[in-house]
Amino acid sequence: MNILRMIVYGLIVIFSAIAADWGRDLAYSVHAVIIMVVAAGLLLWEIRSYDEPAVAADRAGYMDGPIRAGVIATAFWGIAGFLVGTFIAFQLAFPGLNFDWSQGYANFGRLRPLHTSAVIFAFGGNALIATSFYVVQRTSAARLWGGNTAWFVFWGYQLFIVLAATGYLLGSTQSKEYAEPEWYVDIWLTIVWVAYLAVFLGTIIKRREPHIYVANWFFLAFIVTVAMLHVVNNLSIPVSIWGSKSVQVFAGVQDAMTQWWYGHNAVGFFLTAGFLGMMYYFVPKQAGRPVYSYKLSIIHFWALIFLYIWAGPHHLHYTALPDWAATLGMVFSVVLWMPSWGGMINGLMTLEGAWDKIRTDPIIRMFVASLAFYGMSTFEGPMMSIRAVNSLSHYTDWTIGHVHSGALGWNGLITFGCLYFLTPKLWGRERMYSMAAINWHFWLATIGIVLYAASMWVTGIMEGLMWREVDANGFLVNSFADTVAAKFPMYVVRGLGGVLYLSGGLIMVWNMWMTIRQPEARPVNAPVPAE
Amino acid sequence: MDTYSLMRHFADSWALLALFGFFVGTILFVLRPGSRAIHQYAARSILRDDDAPPREDAREGGGAGRTNLSEERER
Repeated sequence: MNILRMIVYGLIVIFSAIAADWGRDLAYSVHAVIIMVVAAGLLLWEIRSYDEPAVAADRAGYMDGPIRAGVIATAFWGIAGFLVGTFIAFQLAFPGLNFDWSQGYANFGRLRPLHTSAVIFAFGGNALIATSFYVVQRTSAARLWGGNTAWFVFWGYQLFIVLAATGYLLGSTQSKEYAEPEWYVDIWLTIVWVAYLAVFLGTIIKRREPHIYVANWFFLAFIVTVAMLHVVNNLSIPVSIWGSKSVQVFAGVQDAMTQWWYGHNAVGFFLTAGFLGMMYYFVPKQAGRPVYSYKLSIIHFWALIFLYIWAGPHHLHYTALPDWAATLGMVFSVVLWMPSWGGMINGLMTLEGAWDKIRTDPIIRMFVASLAFYGMSTFEGPMMSIRAVNSLSHYTDWTIGHVHSGALGWNGLITFGCLYFLTPKLWGRERMYSMAAINWHFWLATIGIVLYAASMWVTGIMEGLMWREVDANGFLVNSFADTVAAKFPMYVVRGLGGVLYLSGGLIMVWNMWMTIRQPEARPVNAPVPAE
Repeated sequence: MDTYSLMRHFADSWALLALFGFFVGTILFVLRPGSRAIHQYAARSILRDDDAPPREDAREGGGAGRTNLSEERER
């Protein structure tokens, strides 16, 4: 088995060395070098540990090693993503920040997908993988299935992130929003994702609880749906095996519909269903009481997955997409409001009888604020999907404000809450190093979101109205540059909101660092050696 | 009939009925009499087995901190 692995690593090294030399574009060659270095490192490690006897693994406890790594990766990529986001916010306010020397690598167009992918897939994705591994073990009363496969999922996913991020900076993109990586990166992610599904499903199958807890249903829906979306939206034919360029299989409006079926369900299943899985475990857990209504949580699950998948066409109002399809997307988006609020109420009412915890427990406060932002953005979203509202909001910064009230508020705050829950748990500490710092983080983040969302509402509605303003003779009053000039103050406020949010994140990292450095309060099962 | 009309007709009739029927069925199934105990037991599963899985020799539903499903029914 060791010999076989060495042969495979060796072949990968040779192949990627050839690919680096023959690569038709810079991004492809750089990626080949990255893969070559990783495979060579693995080969060396395999050779060096060839004679060492296999260490008997402790199979009794939960497998928390990949979760600890995932918690650290979540914090790291979070800071990276917030930093890039804040920088590009200021690039929009002050175009001089698109430096001449960085044109083609670090201008807004190259950094923007880096920011979106870093926060959604690197920060959010690592949080989802770590929490899902944590939750599925505890609620199944079983160790992760598949031994070191969980480590493969973790490191494979990090490699995907590095390939995607470097690709964006070097211009390797298939120009699909949230699905920018090119064909070979897509194939790699598919392999990692199938392994993720196998570990998760394997653990559920060998569970020792009679019932599959509802959080696992949400996680499973997230994993399965994202696999389906990813494969269908990335159907493309590479121009050459030695280059990153590929050609999409779909064209025209079919391609647009496939893209937004993917794009909206990336929001629906990555950023909603998966994070609802977190919510259904960590909110009751932190409150120390079971979820308000388990029946409602099951109805919430089925209603959400039945409705979300149809909502995509609302991204394509007033396009070549047939009206009936756009109307279908709009109607389902509006109906979706109901299960969303059902879930929010279920989460909030879990605190029934323990409302004082909002005052005393900063982690609960984070969860509650997160659910409040979830409620707000799931009301705003259906409203913006209505055709008449969309004619004003589309292509304006209102959309950006909506996305960020959901992403910074709902996804960000719930992830911070989970990190504050998990860090002391996983490293065997009594609690976080500083409770006051959590409070600081909460207020910095909340004020940052308010500044961000409010400025984007104002500037979005303003530019929407300016674009459609006509004089008595029916001529447009404003040129596009007029709207850009009018937006300057709001852009600065948005950037400040980003600075506050980023500082909150830095305080969290410091707090996590200090917590992990504290002396151990109670023993945790040691990191499991290689099997 | 061409493929589009055929599939569109199927989507508008049987597929719609089946999806809607499944959805209504799940709600009725969740609200069925006698499900309360199972749901309460499941909802409490987050409060068990926090630090380690139950030992192999622990009786099903037994062990420290674990409540039995039949005990749950009596509550």
